[in-house]
Amino acid sequence: MTCRECAEFLADYVAGELPADALAVFERHLKACPNCEEYMRQYRQTIAAGRAACADPDAPAEIPEALIRAILAARPQDR
Amino acid sequence: MKEAPAPPAQLGPDDKALLARLRSGEPQAFEELVRQETGKLLAVARRILPTEEDARDAVQDAFMFAFRSLARFEGQARLSTWLHRIVVNASLMRLRTRKRKREESLEPLLPSFQTDGHFVERFATWDDPLTKLETAETRALVRQLIDELPDGYRTVLLLRDIEGLDTEETAKLLETTPNAVKVRLHRARQALRTLLAPHFTRDRR
Repeated sequence: MTCRECAEFLADYVAGELPADALAVFERHLKACPNCEEYMRQYRQTIAAGRAACADPDAPAEIPEALIRAILAARPQDR
Repeated sequence: MKEAPAPPAQLGPDDKALLARLRSGEPQAFEELVRQETGKLLAVARRILPTEEDARDAVQDAFMFAFRSLARFEGQARLSTWLHRIVVNASLMRLRTRKRKREESLEPLLPSFQTDGHFVERFATWDDPLTKLETAETRALVRQLIDELPDGYRTVLLLRDIEGLDTEETAKLLETTPNAVKVRLHRARQALRTLLAPHFTRDRR
């Protein structure tokens, strides 16, 4: 397996979707190739960083009252 | 908006009671739902859309759609999950009507390989990003770098990695194939990794 092929397998690997035979080849390559191992680590860290950065705590806590009013005013009243 | 997505999850007793009150048209029930969910839905719309005004409009669109669809809601998902999918859809629809950034090539942000298949670049170790992400400043920086991705890649990354939609749902909402979603997600993550690298590479001084 080359590093290029290894990189192509990354998404399936982190999703746990690599078939057993491909997984064995992939992991053998990672063990022998520190550069791919580092790339794989950073690929995982990228996913985690995106999640952490977009977690809701940074969202403004205040919910705009005008928006709530507008939504409630527009709700169907014909029931 | 087209059909409402129906993700799996069970409708709890609280949801059942609220749903019954909504269906009977009780004004207090609508207010409860809107007050309970607007903050979360707005956060989702803000991630997808470029302006605050767009995000608020998408949340309003989503509630209008949800109110009209209450009779057809079969309770196969939690109300909050159902609304989450609806606001994602409403945001994507609004995004399509916006003038898009030119869909720039992602190629410069993807790794290069030598003819023998080895990476050209030697990857320097990163500091643990999760430690750095404890500061609001770094979290804002990462969000800004996600925003730098071309829309077609940014939305796939947001839907899959941030909003937690699966490949099939994402493909349906973006009117593309599951395979195209997989390819775009992989490329988007690789591009984001390249953008993050200068900020996360360990200082070797």
